[in-house]
Amino acid sequence: MFKILHAAFIAPGIKRFVLQAPRIARKQQPGQFVIIRIYEEGERIPLTIEKSDPDRGTINIVVQSIGKTTHLLNSLEAGDSLLDVVGPLGKPSEIEKFGTVVVMGGGVGTAMAYPTAAALKRAGNRVLSIVGARNKELVIEEQEMREVSDTLMITTDDGSYADKGFVTDKLRQLIDNGTRIDLVLAVGPIPMMRAVADMTRKEHIRTIVSLNPIMIDGTGMCGGCRVLIDGKSEFACVDGPEFDAHRIDFAVLVQRNAMYRAAEQKSMEDFQRERDSLLETIHAEQKAACALSGGVQ
Amino acid sequence: MTESTSKALNPLPLKERMKVARQLMPEQPPLLRAANFKEVNLGYSEELARQEALRCLECAKPACVNDCPVGVKVKEFVQLIVARDYMGAAAKIREDNVLPAITGRVCPQEDHCEGGCLMGKKVKPLGIGYLERFVADYEQRHMDPRNIKKAVPTGFKVAIVGSGPSGLTAAGDLVQKGHEVHVFEALHELGGVLVYGIPEFRLPKQIIREQIDYMRAMGVEFENNVVVGKTVTINELLEEEGFDAVFIGTGAGAPQFMGVPGEHFNGVYSANEFLTRINLMHAYEFPKYDEPMLNFRGKDVAVIGGGNTALDAIRSALRLGARKAYVLYRRSEAEMPARMEEVHHAKQEGIEFHMLTAPIEFLSDGKGWLTAARCIRMELGEPDASGRRRPVPVEGSEFDLPLAVAVIAIGTSANPLIQSTTPGLATNKRNYIQADPMTQRTSRKGVFAGGDIVTGSATVILAMGAGRRAAKSIHDYLTTGSW
Repeated sequence: MFKILHAAFIAPGIKRFVLQAPRIARKQQPGQFVIIRIYEEGERIPLTIEKSDPDRGTINIVVQSIGKTTHLLNSLEAGDSLLDVVGPLGKPSEIEKFGTVVVMGGGVGTAMAYPTAAALKRAGNRVLSIVGARNKELVIEEQEMREVSDTLMITTDDGSYADKGFVTDKLRQLIDNGTRIDLVLAVGPIPMMRAVADMTRKEHIRTIVSLNPIMIDGTGMCGGCRVLIDGKSEFACVDGPEFDAHRIDFAVLVQRNAMYRAAEQKSMEDFQRERDSLLETIHAEQKAACALSGGVQ
Repeated sequence: MTESTSKALNPLPLKERMKVARQLMPEQPPLLRAANFKEVNLGYSEELARQEALRCLECAKPACVNDCPVGVKVKEFVQLIVARDYMGAAAKIREDNVLPAITGRVCPQEDHCEGGCLMGKKVKPLGIGYLERFVADYEQRHMDPRNIKKAVPTGFKVAIVGSGPSGLTAAGDLVQKGHEVHVFEALHELGGVLVYGIPEFRLPKQIIREQIDYMRAMGVEFENNVVVGKTVTINELLEEEGFDAVFIGTGAGAPQFMGVPGEHFNGVYSANEFLTRINLMHAYEFPKYDEPMLNFRGKDVAVIGGGNTALDAIRSALRLGARKAYVLYRRSEAEMPARMEEVHHAKQEGIEFHMLTAPIEFLSDGKGWLTAARCIRMELGEPDASGRRRPVPVEGSEFDLPLAVAVIAIGTSANPLIQSTTPGLATNKRNYIQADPMTQRTSRKGVFAGGDIVTGSATVILAMGAGRRAAKSIHDYLTTGSW
């Protein structure tokens, strides 16, 4: 089992966890993810690692409540445990000195873009960051991003904080101002990444996005996370999760992510009804497992 | 464990033995079992087992033993059944096979022990698999784990990568030699393909758990959630974690797709994904388990392929409520690599076999959901590299088969996670790890490999054979130090 050492909401519905996972902490590189399973009947979901501390043996994940598993995860507190955490999975981000890099984070995607932004900065790049959220409360990691960026731009959809608009508006401005951009990295909701890809394709700016399709094992064994890249299947878990945005078939990504919508809705409805008793069961199971194994990993 | 000293005489005269019919395996009725995931075969009773054991001709040079990849002493354990010393029989099997309850269920016996059985030339061969299963299940019910002997420690540490059949076999053999054995598994359950690949109705998870618990009692240590190549590398195991040798038994891993248009449509699965959802993630028990599956009620489903995996997938689809369940295979039934018993069971359950048929395209409703497979008929030409007759498309024979779900079970390719992170580890042109067929040694000192990651997709028992050879050669390496 993997103990939660610290857990706190950093925005409504978005929680940061510090997990004890020494093996993963030792090996994690920016852009990589873990797969977690909370309890015996749970599903496996991939989550990007925000950062890790090899000395303390901890990794951070940032989770937005969307479906049952993420809602359940965000109901857990420090002292609770996750049954399984495996990683670090996926290829690390490509880090080298590109020149000027625009790093774009949409919503919870900012937490995923942050470690790569930091690594790009360390590699000597000029990092121009654009962080977007629906409203003021959902802007996350502002301070962290500021520390690793030469310039930080912030947009909110409703204008409740910083500039009203979308992250792509800022990208457009940079392009129109004649800013030389060597690479764009965009992490966020699919429509955002797709819009960025459409914009940079015309400008011939190399663009990397991080994909989060449905995944099970995360080691290349099942092929469930396959995405169409230049018309050919690639696996997000081992060939990605980062891909050249201009080669991705986003329509297929959207279509495949919708495959289990009906079941996901049912799970969510059941969860809303049974949340408390489920949490009770999980706490009891963890206590029993803990007693049996003589502690957590 | 009980020691058997009595050399029981088979009361049946030799010439009478062939007159006894092979005892039938009790099984769930086809229509009942087609709607549940419980085990199809129910197992021999003591009386059935003894009756079957009496048929053994006790050959002077038993071919059954020679034809077993791990060399189970068939004649001797069958004699112990005749003597009603079932625990003695179990101990006899365990001398060569640490997973008897598993091989008794999933081995293609017709290709090995039963294929070699002398009686098989005239009548049906001895039911060796059924007898092995009986003995293993009897042992499980009657053993006391406290009686499992632990060997004297040697001080050597061996890492086993992967808890599938080859890894478990190597682990079991090595721990019995007194080596400290640590098994790393990427998934949250132990057993590898036995757990994610083979369905409950053929190999119940409980059986695998029991066999692994037995290995724990023998002293094997297991660690889940470690993807060797990612979480830790082979070099780190050898240089930083103090292991004296490593055995790589990670399986073939990566699913192959056909490369035909429309494979990305919703409803098209790899067999690995489809079976992993069902077996590892319990999607057939949704919503008790969170992993979802498409609704199969009243839908038509096809599997593409003719191996055990294909049959496991389509029989699972049937159990999920599929209206029509088809096997599409590009060769003829004679070339199907599946176990004979599985083909027989599948037919009984109402699976439709369409031989000499292959999809050339998947069709959709325009919104990304599968609606049909465009298929072409094949005819058999000259034998190919595999020795089987090559399927050749019949021009103009295309037809559309309406389908809601298609499962692609045409084999696997090498998962590159370890090869790409282990400098100096030689691979062949298909990226499988190169290992000596007798010693399972790789090009890296102290590193051994076996099973599907060396040979490509094969069977549980062949992987176990490789694990067994590796254990022997790891033991030799550790005790002599010579490479």
